[in-house]
Amino acid sequence: MASGNYAQVVEPSRFGGPDRASRSGIWVGIFAITMSFAAFTSALYVRQGSGDGTHIALPSVIYANTLALLLSSFTMEMSRRGIARGLGPEAFGLRKGMVWLVVTLVLGLAFVAGQYLAWRYLAAQGLYLATNSNSSFFYVFTAMHGLHLLGGIAALVYLIGRTAGSNYRFRQSLFDATAIYWHFMDVLWLYLLFVIGTRL
Amino acid sequence: MEEAVVQPAHVHAPPEGFIRKHIFSLDHKVIGKQYYGLALVAVFMGMALSWLMRFHLVWPTTKVPGLDLLSSTGAPGGVITPEYYLSLLTMHGTLMVFFVLTNAPFAGFGNYFLPIQIGAEDMAFPRFNMMSFWVTFVAFLVLVLAFVIPDGPPISGWTAYAPLSAVGKDAGPGLAWGQSLWAISIAIFCVGQLLGSLNFIATTLDLRTKGMTFMRMPICTWAWFITSAIGLLAFAVLLPACLLLLLDRMAGTSFFIPSGLVISDRLQNHAGGSPLLWQHLFWFFGHPEVYIAILPAVGIVSHVLITNMRKPLLSAKVIIYSMMSIGFLSWMVWGHHMFVSGMNPTSSLLFSFPTLTITIPATIITLIWLGSLYGANLQINAASLFALGFVSMFVSGGVSGFFLAQPSIDIYLHATYFVVGHFHMVMGVAAIFGILSGTYFWFPKMSGRMMNESLGKLHFWITFVGTYCIFMPFHYLGMAGNVRRYSSFVNDFMAPLMPVHKFISIAAFVTGGAQFIFLFNLIYSRFRGKQAPENPWNATSLEWSIPSPPPWDNFGGKHPVIYHDPYQYGVKGSKGDFVMQDSPEQV
Repeated sequence: MASGNYAQVVEPSRFGGPDRASRSGIWVGIFAITMSFAAFTSALYVRQGSGDGTHIALPSVIYANTLALLLSSFTMEMSRRGIARGLGPEAFGLRKGMVWLVVTLVLGLAFVAGQYLAWRYLAAQGLYLATNSNSSFFYVFTAMHGLHLLGGIAALVYLIGRTAGSNYRFRQSLFDATAIYWHFMDVLWLYLLFVIGTRL
Repeated sequence: MEEAVVQPAHVHAPPEGFIRKHIFSLDHKVIGKQYYGLALVAVFMGMALSWLMRFHLVWPTTKVPGLDLLSSTGAPGGVITPEYYLSLLTMHGTLMVFFVLTNAPFAGFGNYFLPIQIGAEDMAFPRFNMMSFWVTFVAFLVLVLAFVIPDGPPISGWTAYAPLSAVGKDAGPGLAWGQSLWAISIAIFCVGQLLGSLNFIATTLDLRTKGMTFMRMPICTWAWFITSAIGLLAFAVLLPACLLLLLDRMAGTSFFIPSGLVISDRLQNHAGGSPLLWQHLFWFFGHPEVYIAILPAVGIVSHVLITNMRKPLLSAKVIIYSMMSIGFLSWMVWGHHMFVSGMNPTSSLLFSFPTLTITIPATIITLIWLGSLYGANLQINAASLFALGFVSMFVSGGVSGFFLAQPSIDIYLHATYFVVGHFHMVMGVAAIFGILSGTYFWFPKMSGRMMNESLGKLHFWITFVGTYCIFMPFHYLGMAGNVRRYSSFVNDFMAPLMPVHKFISIAAFVTGGAQFIFLFNLIYSRFRGKQAPENPWNATSLEWSIPSPPPWDNFGGKHPVIYHDPYQYGVKGSKGDFVMQDSPEQV
């Protein structure tokens, strides 16, 4: 277990304990989100049964966004490792970890901005939410993923606030949970990109 | 009694001030009571609506004094219009299924007792827990707002079938803003349930105290755990469904609205949507929802029966495995609600088979109860009577399920009172009996006072007999061809069935009236009831090892250590014929 500046919760007598619960919680949450997107996907398959969808040419900014998001997962991991390493008395890794965390946030925000540009591009072509079933699903998929990602961004902002403002007093498990969620946002987006690219 | 040596850092500080203690509380016990309280308000509202419907069915032209104040268009002069009848029906179903049958047995009792039964001081995520209740409360307010807006509540039933639920005001009264409020309310409700389910699962996995292995958890803890897994997946599907419905209604998309649809002489400006898609998404949630309502009741009833039989069940493990099987199979049966939807007949057969299979674990559970009851010295009290009542309802309602599970028979019975009778008994009233059994059983722990047993028994007998008088005749009406959701039958071929309807309505008024005995008992006992000891039923599980009502951190800053499963009855212990889970004595 990490030592040093973390607010510790030491409960060796139990199964798991609160730290493990954060990890279980995030996996359970990921499971539920996966189920929701499975529902959206099945809706897409059923809806496409009526065969009235017209193909959408994906804006190329989508690929740049994908790259930014993949990169952000890498920086998130760098940050997590830096901070975990930096918890000793010297705390040398903390500053580095903090910088990576800010970079992750910037990349996350860049992804959201890029997705907005993709919407603008589609709108400029006259493709709106209600134009046809493919455009509907494009907006629904990207908006729902974006909303979930904004949740991750909120967690990043919270972690940065706690890291900078209060002498690194947060639980390692919270950081780990955020990192797991952030990587999941990556995986989810790759899945959605595959569905969007092949079905819409 | 040994206790874990480590003084745990409690997940939150002791609450101070009225608002932190009673309103925006992080304490799972307060949140559990809030859910229960909300369910209590909702159940009386739902019951009042059913009274209005029963009244209108048999006296369709008689005025209900004051009803025009609620809706001058829906009940002009106090007489309910056919459309307003459907509004009442929609709100009755929605309130009962979501805000009563989901809230009370699962979120209410589960919140209060799950952490205590596993030896934790609170849920894993107390802030999420608080949020889950308040989100649910907002969902409730949004739903009942539909009563006061000029449009009125929706007329589409609790299943809100598309395309009529998706097209807006052309489809009828209540289908403009009323239906939107409904969909917003249910979407918000899903968020609350997802937060709650996540909390239940993480808490059960990781906050069990030393010695509390999975197989030492009480059956009701298991039931809440399994239910939370079902809820997590079910509400994760209903939420997207509601969002898509809202988009169809508000953003002009066509997920559920087909091409060329003409409603009220107007061509709808949508194309290519699939009304069947809504039914698939809705029932993929809807059928597991039945188990979200009934499994916690199965758990509660098992818990109450074991305590009052003073001996273990024939096999607690088999009940737990059967509940798991039900949870698993509940994902494969949703199509049995759609036998007449135009779905491929082969699919119907494929859905029929697991539906019939699911009766096997349900039957096993029932046989274990009955086999264990055989030869037991059952203590008769209000809690055990309602538990027996549950078994009775579960069997009676379950048997009619055999008929409906077969597509060929369902074609005749579909959308008749037979179906209404079936689900009211097996899901509605059975779950209510489970809630009532749990209430009489746990009230001493929750309030520190005993409920009045005589009033409890009176409440049971009127409710038990009354329920059969209401819902058994529904089956006969259904077989006679009496369709559901019609607001009156006085002038058509169903008129000869009116005497049966009259009988049902009178039974409904009497049975509903008996619920005020319960309400009085609940409120009176809360303030004037006899002081409850720590363990009035001589039960073994952890909630009975702490004071009534429990302190804010449940175990006084310590964690108990568990030595036994919760079925140590009929043994020689130092306190009597039972040994508590945290007692180190050998048995």
